[in-house]
Amino acid sequence: MAATKFSKETYLYWYELMQLIRQFELMAEEKYKMDGKIRGFFHAYVGQEAIAAGCMTATRIEDPFVTAYRDHGLALAKGMSPDACMAELYGKATGCAKGKGGSMHFFGKDVYFFGGHGIVGAQIGTGAGLAFAEKYKGTDNVALTFFGDGAARQGMLHETFNMAMTWKLPVIFICENNNYAMGTSVERTSNVVDIYKLADAYEMPGDTVDGMSAEAVHEAISRAVKRAREGDGPTLLEIKTYRYKGHSISDPQKYRTKEEVEEYKQRDPIQLVLSTIYKNKYATKDEIAAIDKRVNDAVVASVKFAEESPWPSDDEVLKDVAMDANYPFIVD
Amino acid sequence: MARLIAFREALREAMSEEMRRDPNVFLMGEEVAEYNGAYKVSQGMLDEFGPKRVIDTPIAELGFTGIAVGAAQNGLRPIVEFMTWNFAVLALDQILNTASKMLAMSGGQISCPIVFRGPNGSAGQLGAQHSTAFESYYANIPGIKVISPSNPYDAKGLMKAAIRDNDPVMFMESEVMYGDKGEVPETEYIIPIGKADVKRQGRDVTIVSYNKMMKVALGAAAELEKEGISAEVIDLRTIRPLDWQTIVESVKKTNRLVIVEEQWPMCSVSSEIAYRIQKEAFDYLDAPIRRITAADAPLHYAPNLVAAALPDVPRTVKLVKEVMYVKK
Repeated sequence: MAATKFSKETYLYWYELMQLIRQFELMAEEKYKMDGKIRGFFHAYVGQEAIAAGCMTATRIEDPFVTAYRDHGLALAKGMSPDACMAELYGKATGCAKGKGGSMHFFGKDVYFFGGHGIVGAQIGTGAGLAFAEKYKGTDNVALTFFGDGAARQGMLHETFNMAMTWKLPVIFICENNNYAMGTSVERTSNVVDIYKLADAYEMPGDTVDGMSAEAVHEAISRAVKRAREGDGPTLLEIKTYRYKGHSISDPQKYRTKEEVEEYKQRDPIQLVLSTIYKNKYATKDEIAAIDKRVNDAVVASVKFAEESPWPSDDEVLKDVAMDANYPFIVD
Repeated sequence: MARLIAFREALREAMSEEMRRDPNVFLMGEEVAEYNGAYKVSQGMLDEFGPKRVIDTPIAELGFTGIAVGAAQNGLRPIVEFMTWNFAVLALDQILNTASKMLAMSGGQISCPIVFRGPNGSAGQLGAQHSTAFESYYANIPGIKVISPSNPYDAKGLMKAAIRDNDPVMFMESEVMYGDKGEVPETEYIIPIGKADVKRQGRDVTIVSYNKMMKVALGAAAELEKEGISAEVIDLRTIRPLDWQTIVESVKKTNRLVIVEEQWPMCSVSSEIAYRIQKEAFDYLDAPIRRITAADAPLHYAPNLVAAALPDVPRTVKLVKEVMYVKK
């Protein structure tokens, strides 16, 4: 039997994390659609889990992550608790942003998760800024800056790429290319459909990565992390992925066929990891069932936690707006 | 001991002193380092602090603002110079949607201690796109602070306060004031944000202004004095938070209020002051609150059109006489 490049522990970690993300998303979507207990815009990470998994094993906790509004998966990967994440979706005081952020704005500073951001492409700049601060402070931490294929068409990307290369900032630009900027396919947004080639204009290394493979993601991120830690600057990785769900929960998905979605599901990232686990006898079916149960229990518990948690008190309206304890709000 | 130094030197002293005090403070912007600043505010700072802390950027306001905001979220205290606030509009997304909102969106986890500074408003015949006064735009945003000083002393003390503040601060200067000289002490001092200053005591009418329009307000007060009218002149210094209490105290004494500012009239700083004073001092007013703003039009180029569009001493004197019900 050919030994795998990664350990049994790595595969089992990947499997459990990816299952947690997927089951969390499916449960949250159910609570949104069936119970109406979650509101607002809601963007699921289902199908893209291998990116979170591969990034986690290729980095250390102090490496800051920042992403766009499809942020649940990376928040869970960074180690934020399903309880705090689910409670945030419910808008409860126990949420990871005290019920002030919602689905698009998860934050976990203690695990170096600098948030989900709602303005497409804005976090490309702030992600480079996180890296700027790491370099300024003399650490060798690397900032992972995630954005979608839609954000790749923003001016922010070009301005940031230029400065990040000029200043050799320790940042990895990770384009999670799931083919669609909401309903507009990559082909319809630019003459350049290979997004990694946008790095060429700034002489930045750029590469394309199979986003359905946790192994491939890990390896590509590891190379980019090494480069950044050694002071050689940024890398652009275009990770080809696919979201099984719509852009948001209210997306009728008329821009793509069911067959296309099914085709991608044949290369499901979780099933790929699971088949490697079975093939190498890293776990028995019973052991996998035990992981599944642990994940399911955690997700079910997160719903109970969220439902039983209190709303933020009304006087929170004017809290966390300014650090200034005596900030004089305009009150009429 | 106080010395006479220029406005730009006062700003430079404030930044340099704070950079010596706190290694996490740095200056970033277009032409701030090797060129020594488009208006020479940062002259010599590259020599003292080196390229790690005095950083020339490409012309990419959105991008470098994003990097600075991210750096602020991750423990640093950036000072970002905009060559003019007119260019900062390109970075408004970062200021409004990221810098001002992140503390709230993160439930208090991620703060953004950052100073944005640069010249603001008109400066002669610069044409429409280099002449907008932005105080009222930023003053609308919760969570940030807006400072707009009128002299070197205030500029230095407020800049030091801005750099030490833990929230985003917008600092509005003026191309035509950088050479203005004023007395500034050698010893360290800090002026608290959000405190207006009575620059001239008076009995008959209150004139409120800020930034370079303070020259118009003080000029008008001097003219009025010749005619026996005693005007009290208040320099707001900070626009947000607005020190309306100082205005109320003055209006209780004078019973009349005129506001002179360079904003366009709609939703301006004077609009907010007028609301606040009618609410807090209604019974003390002997005349309607009046104002002179910039004309409700883009600023044109021709010198007579510039003059016609901006507040000036004669019109301020005339308006004060109207609220005094003085015929002549």
